[in-house]
Amino acid sequence: MSDAASYNFAYLDEQTKRMIRRALLKAVAIPGYQVPFASREMPMPYGWGTGGVQVTASVLGADDTLKVIDQGSDDTTNAVSIRKFFERTAGIATTTHTSEATVIQTRHRIPEAPLGEGQILVYQVPIPEPLRFLEPRETETRRLHALEDYGLMHVKLYEDIARHGHIATTYAYPVKVDGRYIMDPSPTPKFDNPKMDMCPALQLFGAGREKRIYALPPYTKVVSLDFEDHPFEPTKFDRGCALCGSEGIYLDEVVTDDRGGRMFVCSDTDYCESRRAEATEGGHALHEVPR
Amino acid sequence: MIAPADHPLLVAEGLTKHYGPHLGCADVSLEIHEGEVVAVVGESGSGKSTLLGLLSTQLLPNSGSIRYRMRDGEARDLFALGEAERRFLLRTDWGFVHQDARLGLRMGVSAGGNVGERLMAVGWRNYGRIRAEAESWLERVEIARDRIDDRPDTFSGGMRQRLQIAKNMVTRPRLIFMDEPTGGLDVSVQARLLDLIRGFVNDYGLAAVIVTHDLAVARLLSHRIVVMRHGRAIETGLTDQVLDDPREPYTQLLVASILQA
Amino acid sequence: MSANPVMIRLDAVAKTFVMHLRGGARLPVVAGVSFEVRGGECVVLGGPSGTGKSSILKMIYGNYRADGGRIDIHGPAGWVDIARAVPRSVLSLRKSTIGYVSQFLRVIPRVGALDVVAASARESGLDETAARTRAASLLDMLNVPERLWSLPPATFSGGEQQRINIARGFAAERPILLLDEPTASLDATNRAAVVGLIEARKRAGAAILGIFHDEDVRDRVADRVIDVAKFAPEAPGR
Repeated sequence: MSDAASYNFAYLDEQTKRMIRRALLKAVAIPGYQVPFASREMPMPYGWGTGGVQVTASVLGADDTLKVIDQGSDDTTNAVSIRKFFERTAGIATTTHTSEATVIQTRHRIPEAPLGEGQILVYQVPIPEPLRFLEPRETETRRLHALEDYGLMHVKLYEDIARHGHIATTYAYPVKVDGRYIMDPSPTPKFDNPKMDMCPALQLFGAGREKRIYALPPYTKVVSLDFEDHPFEPTKFDRGCALCGSEGIYLDEVVTDDRGGRMFVCSDTDYCESRRAEATEGGHALHEVPR
Repeated sequence: MIAPADHPLLVAEGLTKHYGPHLGCADVSLEIHEGEVVAVVGESGSGKSTLLGLLSTQLLPNSGSIRYRMRDGEARDLFALGEAERRFLLRTDWGFVHQDARLGLRMGVSAGGNVGERLMAVGWRNYGRIRAEAESWLERVEIARDRIDDRPDTFSGGMRQRLQIAKNMVTRPRLIFMDEPTGGLDVSVQARLLDLIRGFVNDYGLAAVIVTHDLAVARLLSHRIVVMRHGRAIETGLTDQVLDDPREPYTQLLVASILQA
Repeated sequence: MSANPVMIRLDAVAKTFVMHLRGGARLPVVAGVSFEVRGGECVVLGGPSGTGKSSILKMIYGNYRADGGRIDIHGPAGWVDIARAVPRSVLSLRKSTIGYVSQFLRVIPRVGALDVVAASARESGLDETAARTRAASLLDMLNVPERLWSLPPATFSGGEQQRINIARGFAAERPILLLDEPTASLDATNRAAVVGLIEARKRAGAAILGIFHDEDVRDRVADRVIDVAKFAPEAPGR
């Protein structure tokens, strides 16, 4: 493709990448701390992952293999266009297989297949500040982080229990990083929170509109906040995937017709496909797809 | 012997605060002992709110110092405290009741969440215990237990003030600052609030600094009174003595201006 | 009686009001006030009205400032000069040592009559039950109808309020009792009840200093009368 020649590698100029890498280094050095950075205009609207794209652009090398998922899926418009964007501007290899990827940009999910050392997971983050819900002033939230003054975070969980009888927060569930900073894990479902804990991969978070970067270095302790008598519980599904039969994974509800028909399938499309491929190779029957 | 032999809780010396060319408060010195209620009276602009801001370390003085005897018995220079220590003090051993409850409460958070906040901030992590403690404090400020999950924006003015007091009292502070706590309330609602404050002062040995322009409130609640004018403490002493035998011309004017019911 | 200890000692006490709202006019009230009151005696301040009797009581209570002289009070930890004591010290003496009864009740909103009286008894060290029992017996003695006991005195008649105030003053058994016309405008039955209370406090060894315009009451309770006229300041503007 000749398009790559029209741009600097991975779209951003080298000065900008250096600036972002400095922010990333600082973020890695202080796990969970939100580092301000000079977010650039990107050729896509805010909310489409501009923060994640800038982080990805800054860490990509020519040998990297990129995977992009949106809600676990490799084939949504957002995932496809970001993948295409880097194919054209960086000329790098892309994949949909979690295990083959060296860099994975994600919106809202962590792949089901365990990540390994050497992999980088880049999160697109809309609102990086976990305290924003209760404290609108940025000056004050920054002071609260600085002073480790986190009573407010539990007030939010308290309100949940008071209103719903249990902690009803199911995504963007706040975590404490390395015993110090409270972090918003972006709008990932709380189902994925345990995967962040002691993860061998490097996890980077980019918020384009809010101009913040934060990070979890490999093997960082990540604890979901809770109460002694209302402990954190990841979402559990009382069934398996309708397509591949896997259990203990995150399911999406899919409406199959206009008569109320629906089914629950893996949100991680690559995982689902791999399971089904294995099943075929192993000679097992596929689960029937309802029609 | 003159005074009962104990050490003051708070000693302020020479507090001075300028706002640009304007004087907020000049050379005010004050001691507060445990269980002592001090009323700061004066008209608008007399510097009483500035003094309260300085004493509660929400404002920094241009000069002067405040020493406070912490719970461990050690007297510390408040303006030399680290920010974290200062905040910890503010939400454990101190309380602050604002005239406008919206400044002291989180209006979008339930009454229980408001009262529980300080407990969670000091490390309480058991929902059931936090809730039980919040319920008991709501009861003590005469708010029905079944209002625990209601937000303060559904409360009347008097209830909001009582909720503010509960929110402050839950960590059993030794010193509480109040800025016109009864301002803007109906007389009957005022009476209930004053009665509550009086009760807490008696039952918990609470010390308080109350800023008010209402001399009747000062007489009912305070042991000592400080009369402020043009940023200075012009007269100070036993409350009933200052009100019944005022010495300074301005204090005499102030006392003579009270409407008799 | 002279074996009893001196509880109140005034030495050259003077009081002048300066009326700033009237161009700084000086209004001398008393000067050179010197006397003692011992435990177990009732001393009455006599003389026509306007001679500063009430001001003397108020200075002893710390309610008015003294402009000169000493007012020594025998407190639990020794002598304290009220004229120079810090506010906390005055408040502490009021709690432990000096009771004051005037004919005017300063009402506390929302607190019932019995609670007002019991609170005073508690201040002097009685426990909750004993304080309430004592409060009830005093209200009963002063003929305050029982249906009023739980109500805040704000709505009571002047006479009822006055009796609540007397009950409050006698509820705490303090070693010094200052009485500023407690019987003014009481009927004969209640006057007699107050006289009974004063006599009981005297027998218990309290030092009592009072002002009584009612000659009948004064004659029954007074051991000595001090004519306050002799403390009149020499001339205005002194």
